[in-house]
Amino acid sequence: MVLLTLMAIITVGIVRIRNLFGVVVLSGIYSFLMASVMIVLDAVDVAMTEASVGAGISTVLMLSVLYLTKSRESVPTSTPLFPVIVAAAAAAMLLFGTLDLPPFGEAATAVHQHVAPHYLAKSMEETGVPNVVTSVLASYRGYDTLGETTVIFTAGIAVLMLLRGRRKSTKPSTDA
Amino acid sequence: MAVIESIIQHYNHWIMIFLMVSGLYIVVNRGNMVKKLVGLSLFQTSVYLIYITPGKILGGTPPILDDAFTVYSNPLPHVLILTAIVVGVATLALGLALVVRINEAYGSIEEDELFANGEDGT
Repeated sequence: MVLLTLMAIITVGIVRIRNLFGVVVLSGIYSFLMASVMIVLDAVDVAMTEASVGAGISTVLMLSVLYLTKSRESVPTSTPLFPVIVAAAAAAMLLFGTLDLPPFGEAATAVHQHVAPHYLAKSMEETGVPNVVTSVLASYRGYDTLGETTVIFTAGIAVLMLLRGRRKSTKPSTDA
Repeated sequence: MAVIESIIQHYNHWIMIFLMVSGLYIVVNRGNMVKKLVGLSLFQTSVYLIYITPGKILGGTPPILDDAFTVYSNPLPHVLILTAIVVGVATLALGLALVVRINEAYGSIEEDELFANGEDGT
């Protein structure tokens, strides 16, 4: 609960600060807090991934982009009224939706009734992996993971194409 | 008493909604593209929270099988969110590469300046 409150405070900081360097550092802190919350919620694998990928790689990527561009945000000219209305309407609808959600942390809710008990009961004899997250990721839902790697591969190719074109286009200008 | 109970039951959801709405607000209101991408990742991480929260069972342990435990939290949301985090960083890298290219081509990453340049016909 404390962690979640801290996350909300960090978010206010991200919205308000105009120095983009500060925003990126705050989002790194935010990712670490998110990882801690995941540990509290028993999702240790997710926490490790979030700490390394969310707080590590994302921050490094954003800092390198700030190095290549500029790190100061200009004051927005448009009024914040319309975005505030949109955000408030979305929040109101979501809040209305939470009223019907099942209570926190109970074993009898619908989430725990479908395939998860099967995974937990049969993982050891069907795959031989004690970590159920790993067995579901690599064995039961292996095709999903294959699709995921396809997405990452495509994104990697796209980034390479974008940045290679950049080097070509900047070379003549530096030579001239 | 019922009010306090309700707050504790839904605290995760409310923080999650706050994070999501802040992300949405940044994406709509802020013109800077790096800030927009930070807002998008805020939005995304709030979805991680909404997935992981119902998977938790009070008194349960992380889903790593051992004879000492009988109650485990639900592993399925964890798997889905692992995939989502990794895909999220891939799309973030793509977005940042686009920002770098836009900065190269137009000399700005502010939406307002880009629109102004476009109206000049440059």
